[in-house]
Amino acid sequence: MTTKPVKEKKSKLLEVRNLRTVFRKDDEDIIAVNNLSFDLNPGEIVGLVGESGCGKSVTALSLMGLVPDPPGKIMGGEVLLEGKNLINLSENNMQKVRGKEISMIFQEPMTSLNPVLTIGEQITEILELHGGLSSKEAIKEAISLLKLVGLPDPELRINEHPHKLSGGQRQRVMIAIALSCNPKILIADEPTTALDVTIQTQILELIQKLTKDIGTSVILITHNLGILARYASKIHVMYAGNLIESGSTDEIFYNPKHPYTLGLLNSVPRLDFDPKMELSTILGEVPDLTLKPGCSFAPRCQLATKKCISIVPPLTESKKGHMVACWESSKVTRKLR
Amino acid sequence: MIRIKNLLIIIKSNPLTLFATIILIVMLVLALFPSQIAPMDPQKAHYDALRSPPTMQHLLGTDYAGRDVASRMIHGVRTTLIIAFSAVILSKTIGFFWGMTSGYFGGWFDLLTQRIIEVMLSIPSLILALLLLAGLGSGRLTVIIAIAVGGIAGTVRIIRSSVLTIKNMAYVEAAKAMGTHPIIIIFRHIAPQCFAPLLVVASVSLGGAIFAEAALSFLGLGITPNAPTWGSMMSVVAENYLRPLWWIAIFPGIALTLTIMSFNLIGDELRDRLDPKLKGEVKDN
Amino acid sequence: MYKYIFRRVLIAIPTLVGVSLVIFFFMRILPGDVVDAMVTDETGAMVFTEQQRESINESLGLNRPLYVQYGGWMKDVFTGDMGYSFWTKISVGEHIRRRAPMTIEITVLSLIISWVIGLPVGILAAVNRNSIGDYFSRGIVIFFLAVPSFYAALGFLIFFVLVFTWRPPVDVIFFWQNPIQSLYVALPAAVAIGTGMAAVIARMARSSILEVIREDYVRTARSKGLANNVVITKHVLKNALIPVVTISGLQFGNLLSGSIAVEMALSIPGLGALLAQGLADRDWMIIQNLVLIFAFAFIVINLIVDIIYSTIDPRIRYD
Repeated sequence: MTTKPVKEKKSKLLEVRNLRTVFRKDDEDIIAVNNLSFDLNPGEIVGLVGESGCGKSVTALSLMGLVPDPPGKIMGGEVLLEGKNLINLSENNMQKVRGKEISMIFQEPMTSLNPVLTIGEQITEILELHGGLSSKEAIKEAISLLKLVGLPDPELRINEHPHKLSGGQRQRVMIAIALSCNPKILIADEPTTALDVTIQTQILELIQKLTKDIGTSVILITHNLGILARYASKIHVMYAGNLIESGSTDEIFYNPKHPYTLGLLNSVPRLDFDPKMELSTILGEVPDLTLKPGCSFAPRCQLATKKCISIVPPLTESKKGHMVACWESSKVTRKLR
Repeated sequence: MIRIKNLLIIIKSNPLTLFATIILIVMLVLALFPSQIAPMDPQKAHYDALRSPPTMQHLLGTDYAGRDVASRMIHGVRTTLIIAFSAVILSKTIGFFWGMTSGYFGGWFDLLTQRIIEVMLSIPSLILALLLLAGLGSGRLTVIIAIAVGGIAGTVRIIRSSVLTIKNMAYVEAAKAMGTHPIIIIFRHIAPQCFAPLLVVASVSLGGAIFAEAALSFLGLGITPNAPTWGSMMSVVAENYLRPLWWIAIFPGIALTLTIMSFNLIGDELRDRLDPKLKGEVKDN
Repeated sequence: MYKYIFRRVLIAIPTLVGVSLVIFFFMRILPGDVVDAMVTDETGAMVFTEQQRESINESLGLNRPLYVQYGGWMKDVFTGDMGYSFWTKISVGEHIRRRAPMTIEITVLSLIISWVIGLPVGILAAVNRNSIGDYFSRGIVIFFLAVPSFYAALGFLIFFVLVFTWRPPVDVIFFWQNPIQSLYVALPAAVAIGTGMAAVIARMARSSILEVIREDYVRTARSKGLANNVVITKHVLKNALIPVVTISGLQFGNLLSGSIAVEMALSIPGLGALLAQGLADRDWMIIQNLVLIFAFAFIVINLIVDIIYSTIDPRIRYD
C-alpha cells in the first residue's frame, strides 16, 4: 500500500445509471434496487443511508457483481467504473476488478473471515493474486499492512486463526485486506454496526485516514446518520429500493426535503433533549419490495396526497446538487429544537 | 380436515415422496391381508415344482422346499413391519422419556446418562443387537428388544439436546418463576417442542430397523428359521451358494430395498419440513 | 494440540471400560443360563449329560462370583489370552490372527471406495446444483443408501457363480502372500459395503458444501476477486469436509456390522463371519472377545477422526 497524492480528476470515478436488481421469490419479483443512479468522485466519502431492507446492501453487492444468482439478478442499468460498464463484464474480467479496483468490507466481522485459514493466508492470497507478489514478499507486506491498521504484534497475528481475534480486530484485518491493493473504491457495508460503540469510532477513523492516504473513494453504507454527519461529504438516502433524496451532508442535515429523511433525522435522540420527551418515530413498517403504484413511502407519510399514492414522484433538483423524489418536498422543513 | 389436506399437498409436491407413500401403502395392505392377497399358502410344499425359477404358476419361483416365493414374501411383510414398528416405538418412547428427564433435571442422573449413552454409542447398533440376542435367545420379542436397544442412545442424545435448548428459553424461566410444578412445565412447554425431532428420528430409524431385522434374519438370529422373512429367505441362498437359486434372494432383496428406501424418503421429507438442522446428526436406528 | 490428543485418549479409556462392562453384563447377567443355551439344541433338548454340563460350567468359570469372572476376563484380555473357542478348541487369539487381515483389508478397501466415489459425486452435485447431473446423482444416492450391503454382496455372489462359475475361497488368503488373489476376494465385499457408505458421504458432502457456500467468509473470498475454483477448493472444501469426516467415522460402525453379514453372504473367512458363527454356536469366548474387539476398533477410529478433525478445524484445539 502506498501513499499517493490526490490527483485532480475531472472525470467521474463511478457512475451508476438506473441500476435495477431483482430477486425472484416464489413466483414473485422483489425489486431490491429500483432505478438507482448516483455518482462517485475520486477521493470522496459518500454515504448511503436507509432502514434495513431498503436495498443498500444489495446495491453494494450489485456494484461488486456478487448478487447471489439465483435468486437475484441485475436486470438493468449501468455501472460505469471510469467509463467501463461492470455489468457487461464476464465473470473472469469481473474477478480482475474485485479486490483490485473495487473492494468491500462487510457488516459481520465475526463471520467474514475463514475460520480454518490463518490471518496471513487470507491477506497474502489477495496480494499474490492482484499484486503479483511472491509468497515471501506477500508475508512481509501482510505484516506491514497489519501494522498499518493498528493490530498489535502483527508477526504473531499472521500465523493465528481468526477466532483468536476480537470483532474490532477482525474488522481491522478486513480493512487491511480490502485496501491492500490500493483499490479505487472501497465499499464499506455497515462496517461498525456489529461493533462496540467505543471501537466504532476507531474503525471509522482508520478507514478515513487510510483511504485518504491512498486516495480511495468510499461508499459508506449505514443506517446511522450520525456516522455520516462526521465522515461523509455527500449523502444518498434510500427507501424501499429507491433513491429518494441526495445532496451534500450539510444540505441533508440542515435542509432535508423528503419527509422520510426528516423522519430519520428527527428520530435520532440528541443529548440536549428533555429526557421526559417522547422519542419521535416514523409510524408504520418497511414495505415489501414488490412493485406498487405511487410513492413507496406514501403509506407512512403524513404529507401524502392522492397524487402521492398514485404516481411515483421522480427525482428532481430542489437546489443545486440536491435531488429529491417527493411531490410535497416544498412542505418539508427541519425545525431544530 | 385441514391437516389431511396439507398432508396430501406435501405428498404430491415431491415425486419421490409420492413414490414412497405408494410403496408404503402397498406394504401396509400386504401386511394387513396377507392370506387374502398371497396366491398360495407360504408353508405349502409344491413337490411338482421344487426349486423352480419364476413361471406362470409361481410368479417369483419356489424355494428349496417347493414353497411359493411370492406368497412367502407377502407373508413376510407383516412380520417385518410389526417387528420394525414395535422396535422403533419402544426405543423412541424410552429414549424420549429418558432424554427429557435427563435434560431437564440434570445433576448426577444427567451425568450418568451421558456416560451410559457414550458407551452405548461406542458399540455399533447391529453388534449390540447381536449381543443381546446371544444373551436372550431368539424369538419375536427378543428381536424387537434387541433392535430397540440399539436405537435408544441416539434418541436420548437428540431429545436431551432439544430439552437443553428449550430449557433456557425465557418462557420456561418465566414458568419456573411462577412456581409451576416441573411436571407441568415438562408436559406443557418442553415436551411439545420435542415432538418434531422425535418424529424425524423415528421415521429415519424405521428404515434402519427394517434393515436390522433383515440382517438378523439373514444371520440366522431372527425369529425362527422357518418363518418367511425376507432376510431368512436370502440366507438360504447364501448357504447354498454353489447352486444359487437367484430368485429366492433377488426378489426379497428388491422388496427390502424398496421398503427401506421408502421409509428413508419419508424420513427425509419429514426432516426437511420439520427441522433441517438435524441433517447429519441422525444415524440409522 | 498434543494436549487435545492426550485428553481425547484419556476420555476414551473409561468408555472402553464401560463397553467391556456392557458386554459382560449382556453375556452374564441377562436372563437365560449361558450354559443352557449352549447345551440345548433348537428344540430345547439337552445335548450333553448333566455331568458334562457341570464340567462345562466349571471350565468356563461360571461358578465364580461375577466380579471375579469380569476381573479374570479383563486380565486375560490384557495378557492377550482370549480363551479358547468352545467348539473348535482353537484359541480365540489364533482365530483372530488368521482372520483379522481379511476383515481389515475389506474395511480399508471399503473406506477407500466410499471416499473415492462419494466425495467427487458430492462435490460435483453441490457445485452444479439443480442440474440434471445433480438430480441424477441424488437419485442414485437414495438408491444406494437403501440397498442392504449383504444384499449387494449376495447379488455379486450369485452373479459370479452363475456367470463366471466362481467359487468363494476355502481358506484365508493373506494380502502379503498373494495380493491379487486376496484383493480378488475382498473386492466384492468392499464394493458391497463401500457403495452404501459412498452414498452417505456424497449426501453429506453435498449438503455441507451447499451450506458453507452461503457463509459470509465465502462471500469475502469472492470479493477479493478469487476465481471460483480457488474459492471452492481453498475456502469451501476445508470447512465443508469437517462434518463429512465426522460422519465417515460414525459410519465405521456400520462398516463393522455390515462386514458380518457381508462376510457370511460371500463365505469370506473374516472376523465378521467368525462372530456370526460364534453367535450361532453360542461360543461365548468368541462372542465376548470379538465384540470387545469390534467396539475397541470403533472407539479407536472415532478417536482418530476426532484428531483429524482437530487438525482441520483450529477452533477445536482450544476447547
